[in-house]
This record gives sequence, structure tokens and C-alpha cells, in this order.
Amino acid sequence: MINITGIELKNPTILAAGIMGTTGASLVRVAKEGAGAVVTKSIGPEPKEGHKNPSMIDLGYGFLNAMGLPNPSYPDFKAELAIAKKDAGIPVIASIFGGTEEEFVNVARGLIDSKPDAFELNVSCPHALGYGASVGSNPDAVESITKAVCDAVDVPVWVKLTPNVTDIVTIGEAAQRGGADAVVAINTVKGMAIDINSGYPVLGNRFGGLSGRAVKPVALKCVYDLYTALDIPIIGVGGIYTWEDAIEMMMAGASAVQIGSAVHEGLNVFSSVASGIEEFVSKREYSDITDIIGIAHERL
Amino acid sequence: MYPINVKITKIIRETPSTRTFVFDRSFDEAIAGQFVMVWIRGVDEIPMTLSSKNSITVQKVGDATEKLFCLEEGAELGIRGPFGKGFTLPGKDEKILLIAGGVGAAPLAPLAEYAASTGVCMSTILGARNADELLFVDRFVSCGEMHLTTDDGSAHRCGFVTDILAETDVAAYDRIYTCGPEMMMKAIFGMLEKENALEKTEFSLHRYFKCGIGVCGACCMDKKGLRVCKDGPVFNGMELIDSEFGSYMRGPSGNKKQF
Repeated sequence: MINITGIELKNPTILAAGIMGTTGASLVRVAKEGAGAVVTKSIGPEPKEGHKNPSMIDLGYGFLNAMGLPNPSYPDFKAELAIAKKDAGIPVIASIFGGTEEEFVNVARGLIDSKPDAFELNVSCPHALGYGASVGSNPDAVESITKAVCDAVDVPVWVKLTPNVTDIVTIGEAAQRGGADAVVAINTVKGMAIDINSGYPVLGNRFGGLSGRAVKPVALKCVYDLYTALDIPIIGVGGIYTWEDAIEMMMAGASAVQIGSAVHEGLNVFSSVASGIEEFVSKREYSDITDIIGIAHERL
Repeated sequence: MYPINVKITKIIRETPSTRTFVFDRSFDEAIAGQFVMVWIRGVDEIPMTLSSKNSITVQKVGDATEKLFCLEEGAELGIRGPFGKGFTLPGKDEKILLIAGGVGAAPLAPLAEYAASTGVCMSTILGARNADELLFVDRFVSCGEMHLTTDDGSAHRCGFVTDILAETDVAAYDRIYTCGPEMMMKAIFGMLEKENALEKTEFSLHRYFKCGIGVCGACCMDKKGLRVCKDGPVFNGMELIDSEFGSYMRGPSGNKKQF
């Protein structure tokens, strides 16, 4: 068991936002595959169809995506969230987005009856104009949105940060000042791919966000820096495929890890990462999994 | 992978509403029933099942397919794939039944040809709205026994593929494969469920795809959370029991759309 912001997780692996999170049934399926908690697809104030395809491509060393925040809006997602809460048997975190404080608050209030265990604020999507990183690269906006949601709901609030800023720590500190219970780092790294046969950018949106193995070193550095500066827990995400990746992320300072792109290789990634962590902790004779969190900071 | 560049070498007008686009690149590793993501540059990327190792057969249904229909021989497309789970290929001593409705004949024709090449005994029930819309009649006829039906009776028997299925001894077949409009497949599902034949039946499904590679979850079906792009598009009938199949699907935003 691991406790993050007052939520009990049976293991430190969490399904990342945007992956298999559009329906209650798919969240339940991931829970049954062994995740310690699940995060929904980001839900906003209005239904959105997202960008035109191609919306995700496998580069071999990572994935490039520009989904464009497709979602059915909070009134239509309430029932899906309720299904996940009823049948998943693990904490369900609702990822939400908006363009303004008011929109964030409306979405959070709109979903609260379905009893999410926490909210994760998406202020970091790199390719949705007026949303995500457009908001999340401004520390004042991050602080005020976080504060508004924290004041509006009585469940923990996590804030997912973008690495596409000069200094992620200033944004993490803004989230902490706003009252965030945890930060989640990182969202995808801006990128693009061009089809040399035609000259067209491959993604329908032209550019998007890089995830998967390629971003792990970037994510590790962000988590390491945030751990130095913040007093609240950090949830690490970016390129976690194996239990070794997860241990590395926790040693940098993460209290838990989220897994996204790696589901491409099989949904058993949650159980294999979780059991690998457990085995490592007991073999290395740590008394508890929390003993490894941030230990890279002590090795100078 | 980046999309593979293919040149359209031939366009065949199969019926008034369907055309086959033949490429200069053959996807030899593809199994019948698998799909490719077809990128019409500057427009959209759509999933299409392969109607042969080097072709797709398309019905004009929306913006992307309309643009595809404007292309001429020599034009180029981007292709990713093959993806997903295709049909379970029959053993050579097995007897199989294929049930195709409309453009649903596209993934079944290469299955029929594969089966015929290995000496499998087969029957096909092929249906369409009218005589002009019957797809791949010659390809199926060359592979085995054939039953034709049209909704308006303009060719052969008037009625639906299910009318012929009702007169068929399904116990005589080792495997049954179907592809076509979802309501047609739902009716077939109901009939074969009553016959306790779902276990030997495979359905090729259609849902809205975004990533196409099993990550985003846009095509997940209730209640098991099956991903049509990765766990399908071909499903065994037993997997579809107590599912959304035949009731609703989801659109691009994830909102439900009733059939």
C-alpha cells in the first residue's frame, strides 16, 4: 500500500491521463490488469471531437500525438466516471481541463457527484489552443486555477505540469502556492514529424507531443528538480516501461509513477512494474518502498 | 513508423458506391481482416481493411472517402499498418461459411481466396441493397458455393442474408465469418447465439479510431473495454456477449451514438 495525498494505492503504478480513459469500462479493464489507480481522459466543459487524424504515430523510440482533447464534456462523462468508481476497486482520478478558472471549477463541480478520488488539472497539453500548456506556462494562471478548484471541491487536487517551459520548478511552486496536494510531471514534450515524400507534417494538427521511451531522461530531470523545491508529493510520468524505469523515477523523487505509452506493449505493464518494484524493495532490504523516494538527492 | 508512401496504380469501379484502390506496395504479412490506416494528406487518416495484399476497397461515406474518390491513378497515399487482429485462418479440413453484406465483402474476399488456395470447402452468403451493389461476386464464386440476395430483389433472391442463414444448417460448418452493417451482424449474432454457434463465429467490427494502435482508447467497447483497433477488429462471437455491439457506438468526442 502507498498513500498519495490521502489516497490509498495498492501499488505505485497509475494509468496516465488520456490513455484508455474515455469510458468507464476501459478504466475498469486497466484496474483489473493491476494498476494502483487510474486517471481518466481529460474532461472539459464542452464536447470536443479533437484534431483530425493522424493523431498518433509510433516513431519507434517514442510516440508523437496530437489528439486535441477529444471528450464528451462533463455532463456526458459523469456516468462513465460512476461506472469506473463502482467497478474499478481502486482510486479513480478525474483529469479535467478548461480555458479559465471558471471552466475548471464548473467541470470539477460537475463531476463531483460521481465521487472521483482526486482531480488532476491538465494545464499541460501541448497542442490545444487556449487550453493546457497555453494556461500552464503562466505561473499566475496555474496558481489561481489551482486555488479556485481547491476552494470548490473537498477532494485532493493534483496539477499536471508541462515540460515545455523555461523552468518547470516555477510552475510547480505556483501549483503548490495555489494549494495543490501533488504535482504530476511531465506531460508530453513538443515535437513534430514530417513526411518527406510529400512535405506534409504527419500529424493532423501539424505538431504534437512526444511521449514514451524518448522522454524519460527529460521527465527524470524535471522530477529531480521539483523534488528539491517542493514540499508536496510528485508523481512521475514519462517513459515508464519497466520496474527499473519506475525505481529510477522514484529515486529522483517521485512518490508514484504514471504509465501511458507503454500500454502499447501490453496492459500487463502495470502488474509487471508493480511486482518488480516490490521484489526490488525486498531484495535490497529497504524497510518500505517509501525509503527509495528521492534517494538520488542524497548521493552527492 | 512514419506512413509508408504508396502510389495508386489502378482504380477499379466495383459498384456505383465502391471503388478499389490498388497500390504499388504489397502488404504480404497482412492477415485477412487486418486493417491499415490510410492517410489522405491534408484531409484525414482513416482505417480501411485490406481487400487484397495491395488494395483497399472503399465506400464513399464521408469527407475523407469523398476526397479519396477524387484521386486518380498515379496519386500517392500514406499507409500505416497492417494493424489489429485478423480472422482466424481455417485449417484445410474445415468447412467454412462466409456471410458478407455490402462493402463488408472487402475483408472476406481475401479470406475466401486464402481458404480456397488451401483446399478448404466453403460457402458464401453475399447480400447487397441491389444488384449493382453486389461486391466481389466473381471472387467468391471462384472459391466455392455462393448464395446471393438483394434487399430489393433486383438480383437473385429478394431479402436479407439472414433469410438464407435461417435455411442453412450452421452445424455443418466449423467456422463462420461475417462482415457488414452492424445491424446485419447483430441479427446474425442473435441467430447463431440461439444455435449455440457463437464460439465458431468471427465478426469484423467498425468503430471510430483515433490512434489506431491501441493506446488512446477512443474505440473501446462496453462492457469489457475491448479496443476494436488492437483487440479486434475481428472478434470471436463469445467476446461480444453482453457488449454494446448492435446497440451503440461512440463518435469522435466519445459520445454515444445509437444504431
